[in-house]
Amino acid sequence: MLAITVSPFLWQLSTSLKSLQEDIYTGTPGLLPSRPTLSNYAEVAETIPVWSYAVNSLIVAAIVVAGNAAGATAAGFALAKLRFRGAKLLLGLFLATLVLPGEVTIVSQYVTVRSLGLADTLLGVALPGAIGMLNVLLMRTAFQAIPPEMDEAAIIDGATTWQRLRHIGLPNVRGMLSVVTIFAFIGAWDDFLWPLIVLTDPDNYTLTVGLQYLNGTFSANPRLIAAGTMISFLPIVIVFAALQRFFFKGVEEGAIKG
Amino acid sequence: MRHHRWFTPWVLVAPAAVWLFMFSVWPSINTVVLAFTDAKPLGGGHFTGLANFRRVLDDDQLVDALVNSIVFMLVCLPLLTVLPLLIAILVEKKLPGITFFRTAFYTPVVASAVVVALIWGWLLDDRGLVNGFAQWLGWVSGPVPFLTDRWLLLFSAISLTVWKGLGYYMIIYLSALGNVRRELHEAAAVDGAGPVRRFLSVTVPGVRNTMLLVSVLVSVSALRVFSELYVLSNGTGGPGGRDMSLVMLIQLYSRGFTGHLGYASALSLVLLAVTIGPMLALLRLNRKAA
Repeated sequence: MLAITVSPFLWQLSTSLKSLQEDIYTGTPGLLPSRPTLSNYAEVAETIPVWSYAVNSLIVAAIVVAGNAAGATAAGFALAKLRFRGAKLLLGLFLATLVLPGEVTIVSQYVTVRSLGLADTLLGVALPGAIGMLNVLLMRTAFQAIPPEMDEAAIIDGATTWQRLRHIGLPNVRGMLSVVTIFAFIGAWDDFLWPLIVLTDPDNYTLTVGLQYLNGTFSANPRLIAAGTMISFLPIVIVFAALQRFFFKGVEEGAIKG
Repeated sequence: MRHHRWFTPWVLVAPAAVWLFMFSVWPSINTVVLAFTDAKPLGGGHFTGLANFRRVLDDDQLVDALVNSIVFMLVCLPLLTVLPLLIAILVEKKLPGITFFRTAFYTPVVASAVVVALIWGWLLDDRGLVNGFAQWLGWVSGPVPFLTDRWLLLFSAISLTVWKGLGYYMIIYLSALGNVRRELHEAAAVDGAGPVRRFLSVTVPGVRNTMLLVSVLVSVSALRVFSELYVLSNGTGGPGGRDMSLVMLIQLYSRGFTGHLGYASALSLVLLAVTIGPMLALLRLNRKAA
């Protein structure tokens, strides 16, 4: 069973390391490359600017992670712990957005981004996802789990709102915050449809769009595609393996994210 | 009693509120508005009444896309509701190596759909591993057109979706299985119930709500499928464009000189109409679970 999950990745890794001399089209190809080489990785970088695509993906992911860490935390805290007029209405609107699949509004999102002058820019790719509505709600739930007595004690001691967020709020929501940021990173790194719509100049592509461009335009050599795939896949697997403990907690808490 | 200045909450909530209105509320309204115009990707847009909706009713590609979505959903639904549960039960028992197994099954989930589709595209290629092996064994005389036949392409996309989804739904089941009481299993075993019987009479009722949640999640994501079909068909939508999904059609009309944002918006409303039922069910199930 495990073989079914892992072997396609290993096969792709193996293909990416096979030299041009090795026949990859036979009925019984070797799983291990007979003479492993990194030349496909060098060649894919000559075919498409794969490293600058990787940097583009990283820029988008960094904006999305930073925006969600700051924006969702601040709003989640205010909605959970502070009382103000309109809070209920706002909360209702945040919740209502959850029934809309992102693809339904993607066309008018594009119109918005275009009218901001951000069509075909990385900022245009990153901006709409920079504060996720679901993340605001997840952070609110986390802040709500902090017992009100802790806040009351702090208020009696004369703590300001900022001090309450900093010294009571944040230390108690670290778990959820890590979940939100990891999901934000993976979501941004893996996203395909939105950057495909926003970006038109091949110089600006992110990795996923760039890989499809490679596949569509230079598909003659599967070794190159395989090398490109690995450049996109390996970073996310490393991030995932390093942080998987938080990850599985997050899946359990935020099943709706699917 | 308020313990903060009146504007403090607003300062904190402002960025998220701006995002809410700019990237959720306004686009929702604007989708409806655009659906009544002839807006193009390069600007413009005049009110055209019901023209887009008349075109919706008369679009053969849309009929294909809806058929594809329904087939996609009907095949994914049973497979992705039951298979991950069975795997979760197997993995649950192997306690020593559980982290390793969880991680292995979850790797396809964290990989981007593009990466997964490229890997499968190479496996299922005319000269790829699957065809090469099948020919070497003599099962088939020529390559099976996994990626160039209208229905085989759809089923190839379905199988990679199922493959990619196994780990995701398995994790959801794992946390639900933890709540099924062990005593029930033991009592059933004492009463002479075999593994199949215990699965049907103890496990399934214990995770019934989770199965419901998973089936709704599967339906919604099947209706939203895009990258898998797009990459496997190399952006063409298969032979004659007959393997388009609804979202692929929306994307097709959002780009370039031939694009039509007004019509793409009308298609978005069709997508909303087919997903709203499962989405509302999802929200209710999540509320119940929370």
